[in-house]
Order: sequence, then C-alpha cells, then structure tokens
Amino acid sequence: MPGAGLKVAEKAVAGVAGPAIQLVDLTKRYRANLAVAGVTMSVPRGEVFGFLGPNGAGKTTVVKLLLGLARPSLGQGAVLGEPLGSREARRRIGYLPELFRYQGWLEAREVLALHCELAGVPLRLRPGAIETALETAGLADRGRDRVETFSKGMQQRLGLAVALLGDPQLVLLDEPTSALDPVGRHDVRDIIRGLKQRGVAVFLNSHLLSEVEQVCDRVAVVDHGRVVAQGPLAELLAAPQVRIRCTGLGGESMAGLRRRWAFHQDGDWLSVAGIAAAEVPDLVAALVSAGARIHAVEPGQQTLEERFLQLVEQP
Amino acid sequence: MTPTLIIMRLTFRELVRRRLVLALLALTALVMALTVWGFSRVPGLRIGGLPLTPGEVQAASGQLLLLVMFMFSFVLALTCAFLAAPAMAGDLESGIDQALLARPIRREELLLGRWLGLALPILVYTVSSSSIEFLLVDWTTGYLPGQVVGAEAALFCEGLVLLTFTLALSTRMSAITAGVIAVIAFGSMWLGGVAGAFGAVFHNAAITDVGVATHLLVPTDGLWRAAVFAIEPSSFAIAARGALGSTFAAASGPTVAYLAWVGGWLLAVLLLSLYSFRHREV
Repeated sequence: MPGAGLKVAEKAVAGVAGPAIQLVDLTKRYRANLAVAGVTMSVPRGEVFGFLGPNGAGKTTVVKLLLGLARPSLGQGAVLGEPLGSREARRRIGYLPELFRYQGWLEAREVLALHCELAGVPLRLRPGAIETALETAGLADRGRDRVETFSKGMQQRLGLAVALLGDPQLVLLDEPTSALDPVGRHDVRDIIRGLKQRGVAVFLNSHLLSEVEQVCDRVAVVDHGRVVAQGPLAELLAAPQVRIRCTGLGGESMAGLRRRWAFHQDGDWLSVAGIAAAEVPDLVAALVSAGARIHAVEPGQQTLEERFLQLVEQP
Repeated sequence: MTPTLIIMRLTFRELVRRRLVLALLALTALVMALTVWGFSRVPGLRIGGLPLTPGEVQAASGQLLLLVMFMFSFVLALTCAFLAAPAMAGDLESGIDQALLARPIRREELLLGRWLGLALPILVYTVSSSSIEFLLVDWTTGYLPGQVVGAEAALFCEGLVLLTFTLALSTRMSAITAGVIAVIAFGSMWLGGVAGAFGAVFHNAAITDVGVATHLLVPTDGLWRAAVFAIEPSSFAIAARGALGSTFAAASGPTVAYLAWVGGWLLAVLLLSLYSFRHREV
C-alpha cells in the first residue's frame, strides 16, 4: 500500500521537522464550564513560547491536554508530530507541573533516578544526567537529602531538574517560578535561555509578565479559555502609545474623549494605546479643551503588562 | 526494567522507607511470641484434675489457632485496605501522578505496578508469618492444620480481594472515602456470612441467601470460611455438618465453582479499576 507508506513517511517528517506544538480548535469542557474554548496555535521547535493568562484562564488545562492528562472535548493537536498524550511524544517532553510534588520519602537523587528510568535514559548515561540536572537546578549539594526536608522553592528546583532529564525536545513549564526567590527566578531564566540555545522548545505557562517579557520569543494571551492575542512579543507590543500626565479632568469630559480614544487611567496618568504620532497633538488639544492641565506627554511603547491588562480587561 | 516493574519496586520501597514493613514485622513477632507462650500452656492444662487427652489437646489447639488466625486475617484485611486506599488516590490528590504520567508510561502500567507492589509483599507476609505460626503451634502442641497451603492461599486471597476492591475505589475516590467503604464492606460481608450460617441452622432460605450473596458480592467471608476449613481439626468439620452456625467452623471447603468465582471476581475488579483509571483525568 503506497498510500500508507507515504503517510508513515509524512508522519516521520512531521515528527522531526514539524512544529513542537500544533493545536487546532482545541476545546475542553467540564460540564457547564468551558475551560478551553477553541484554542488554535502553533509553537515552532526551538522557540520559547509564553502562554499568559489570569488565574483560571485555562492555561494549566491546555498543558494537561498536551500531555494527555486530560482529554479534549473537541478539536485536535499534535506534540512533536505525535498525537496529544501519545507515549512517543511524552518520551521527548520534560514537564514541571504547577502542583510540583514528588515522593517526600525519596532523596532528590532517587527522584531523578526514577524519572530517568521512566524516561528511558540509558543506564550508562543516568549518573551523568542526574549530576547535570542537579547542578543546573542549583541542587548539587542537596542530592542526598530527602524531598520532605526541602522548602517549596527547593522542591520547585527539583521539579525543574526532573523536567530537564532525558534530553527533551520540548519542555513544558507550568508556573516554574511561583515558589522561587529572585535568585531562583534569575536561574530559571538562564535555564530557559540555555534550553533555547540547544534548540529545545519551551512552553512557559505563567502569569508573571516580567519573566515572560525577558525570555519569550512569542506569546499567546488566553482569557476565559480563549486565545485573545498571539504573535511575536515585539509585534504584540509594537502598538505605539502615549502617556499623558494631566489634572483637572472631570468625568463628563472624559466620557466625551473616550468616544474617540481608548484610555487606560492610572492616577494622574492616562495611557492611550495604538495612537499614531500625528494624532498626539489632537489628543492634547482635546484634553486642554476639556479643561485638563497637561504636565507631561511621553510617547513610547506598551509594556507587556499594559498590553496584557488591555487584552484581558476588554468586555 | 518495564514501567510496571519500576512502579512495583517504587511501591515496595515506599512500604519499607515509611517503616511499615518494620512495624508489621515487629508487631507480628510480638504477637507470635505471646501466642507461642499461650499454646505452650495447652498440653499442661487439666480438667477436673486430669490432664487433657491428646485428642482434647488437638481440639483445644485447633480452636485457639482459629481464634489467632481470625485475628490475623482481620489485621491482614485492614492492612490491605489501609495500604490500597491511598495507593492511587494519594498520589492523584497530591499531584505526584501528574509528573509520573507525563513520562512514557501507560496508566495500566502505573496501576498494575501499584497492585503488584502491594500484593507481593502481602503474599510474602501472609505465607511467611502464617507458616511460622503453624510451625510454632505444631512445635508446642503437636497440632498442625490439615491443609497448610490451602489455609495460606485462602488467607492471602482474602487480603487480595480487599486490596483489589480498595484499589478500584481509590482510582475514583479520596483515600479516606475508599478506606472507609472498604472497611465497612469487609465488616458487612463478615456479618452477612454469619447471618447466612444462622439462616442455614434455622432453615430460613431468605437469610441463607443473604449469606450466599455476601460470599459472592465481596468474597472475603467466603475465603475466611475456606481458611477455617483448612485450619480446623477434622472433628470440627464433622460437627459443623450437624448444625453449627459459627464463624469458627466450616462444614466443607470451597467448591471449585466458588474458587473460579473468586478468580473471576478478582480479574473483573482489576479490569474495572484499569478502565476507571484509564478514563479519569489527572
């Protein structure tokens, strides 16, 4: 059957060269609750991809769908060219869960040895893989300690070490710095950059925007289970904006101005996104006409936080 | 090593590391020492100033051994329930299974590994501790059950039934709920078995049917009665054929059909737990 042979060949090519993650209309419903609503996106290999969203937006559910820990209600997807949750895909994935818990009665080194075995790391490579993972995660001197003696931050470091085992081609990190101090967060950023240099795709699930801003090539913003924006970080933040510090504006005058421009107000500061440079004098004139006293006008670019808030606060 | 064997070894290692094996062995040794001391007194007992005849020593020893083994089976069954209740639910609740199942391991392999990791130590414990107890009783009183292998097999299967039942519950319920249901089921089946025996004495078909139903539903009491038949002196079995409706006497051993039912029950519940775990979300 030549057709079947062709399909196998296509699958093999997709497995090697296709995107790390490909999702088409992925949907997950828990009874009345639509946790993931038609997510479509693609994460190329070797890219650091930020998956952002407020708490309860559906980020962790997407990760679980990728790993087969949960099953999609609708839609389809592939991870490293394999169906969602397939054993072949999981053989090449490293994963740090959001609820990182490991057997407290095991030593850190034993946890890593267990995951080496399950990941199919050859016996002769295991000691080296364990040492490297411990060192990378900053646990070189804690390998013989039981996990139950670890602080939450140390356990998260252990989770990172576990995720790095087995030479993965894709690493899924679900809130990897939630329990870490600033030094730990810095270390995680270095680890992510190191993975990228090795051509490993990283799917970074986080609501810590500064972290995402520093390491991600592309991001998707998810809210109420829907992807509300996605693209290269530079493009997502490309919309010019102007920040104006003004006083003396009344509610009625603001209402009139809001019909023309979308404001984000933070104290005396007004931010207007997506405004062309030529339009700024009109805006200032309109503010002055409305009775405002202008103290400063700062053209610039949105921060990720501003863009994020703009996206998830939209009705 | 296959994932099933890796999980089996991990499960056993947890039992050792949490000192459960040590506690079980130490307490068993203590109880054995006490029972040996008790059994060693039996040949020296007197009734009306006269020493017991060899037949009376055998009967008394057999009766006492049944009491000891009843306690042993009770402890074994509860141990199985307490071990199996958190075996799946605990790691599901804590999130440990999220990390394990992200590895290239089938859910069936994880569950079978846990089942084997609990069942094999229970098998070794049942065979070794009951063998030692039987030998000690034989050494002190000269009484040895007629079917040692049958008794040990029945006791192990009784534990295995409760272990498998609890593990199946543990794939869908919290550890505490699975444990409580298993213990209640064990007690209810025992009570149903006693009721059924009384129904037989009074020729009440409805109550007898309750006993039969409990022996089929969760066959722990049916297996206990199989163990009783294997342990008791043959004179007890003869007496039980008359009218004795006791939990410490059995008129006959298990039929081949009943043993086949137990085998089928174990397989069905194990398959049900595999199905349940395969289709649940983590």
